[in-house]
Amino acid sequence: MKNRYMNPYLAGFLLGLLIIISYYISGEGLGSSGGYRDVAVATIDKISHSYALSNEFTAPRVTGPHSPAHSFLVYLLLGVIFGSILSSVLYGRLKFMIGKAPHISNKRRLYLALIGGILWGIGTQIGHGCTSGLVLSGLAVNSLSGYIGLVAIFGAGFIFALIFRRIWLKPSKK
Amino acid sequence: MGPLFPQEIINEEFNLIFAFLIGIGFGFLLEAAGFTNTRKLAGVFYGYDATVIKVFFTAALTALIGLFIMHNLGWIDLTLTFYPKTFWIATLVGGIIMGAGFVIGGFCPGTSLSAASTGKVDAMVFIGGVLLGIFGFIFTYDFLWKELRVAGAMGKVNITEWLGILEGVFIFLFVLMGVAMFYLFQKWQDWWQKRMSKEDLDELGL
Repeated sequence: MKNRYMNPYLAGFLLGLLIIISYYISGEGLGSSGGYRDVAVATIDKISHSYALSNEFTAPRVTGPHSPAHSFLVYLLLGVIFGSILSSVLYGRLKFMIGKAPHISNKRRLYLALIGGILWGIGTQIGHGCTSGLVLSGLAVNSLSGYIGLVAIFGAGFIFALIFRRIWLKPSKK
Repeated sequence: MGPLFPQEIINEEFNLIFAFLIGIGFGFLLEAAGFTNTRKLAGVFYGYDATVIKVFFTAALTALIGLFIMHNLGWIDLTLTFYPKTFWIATLVGGIIMGAGFVIGGFCPGTSLSAASTGKVDAMVFIGGVLLGIFGFIFTYDFLWKELRVAGAMGKVNITEWLGILEGVFIFLFVLMGVAMFYLFQKWQDWWQKRMSKEDLDELGL
């Protein structure tokens, strides 16, 4: 076996403990898209503070004493970068490559990744978070929002998977 | 006793240091579980890889049960946490867009950062897309999204209070559902296993 991964139940259990610790210490769960948003808001604020004050989305986020990037979620994301590198080094997986199904060209994969990313960028801001912040951390405290997010993201995912089958599965020759 | 930061038992600087440390654990686990491999992530939607289901629901159940016990023992007051507010229409619409993004892009925001950190070029492009999407959202917020973003506002809603059933009973049912999902997705993965090439299975680490 070329690729060795941690037992999924063990990884899930440890991830669950991490969420508990996060709620215990900081009063919030793990999140990702919120950190991206903070970086985006901080960038806009840096380029034009007056614009940031005029936009109703960024305005309430740029009036504090610190930069919007000085947030729990941004520091969490910085940690994610280090933790991921650490694990990939230990498992011998740190290398430049394009992940994709073999029958898809590199160019096509990168286009699709870009489009998928854009959809996530918009979707997370409408839906108040992503798979980690909205769903996983929401489920951890039985928040209704987490369950709605779970059903919407995975429900839609299974339906879109039928439409976009060709991205991941080779068309059968038979 | 907990949560510490909202009760000002620890200060903001300490909280941010903790965020960084928790992030290291988060990133480590995402990578170690195989979430930097886009084919493993997409596999959940086709059934050839059950890893996402196993990791995700084990994590959710562990945290849910742990926090439930701690709350009832008085070790943490969940009402003092930054409990997520529910905007059901906004989350439903946003979630459907994210579902499309998941299948098309093969990542979500957390997994893409983890993957990009380990050299996955597609994940770096995906992150570029996420940021583009957020910038686009912000620049068009005032006239496009302002109302949708707060549509279906319900405040802080606990699903068991909303359904009117005991939290312990609900969690027990959730555990049963989780076990059933593990079983079904494992069966689905086994079905695929006989039909996939050696190279594919090696790449997925199955």
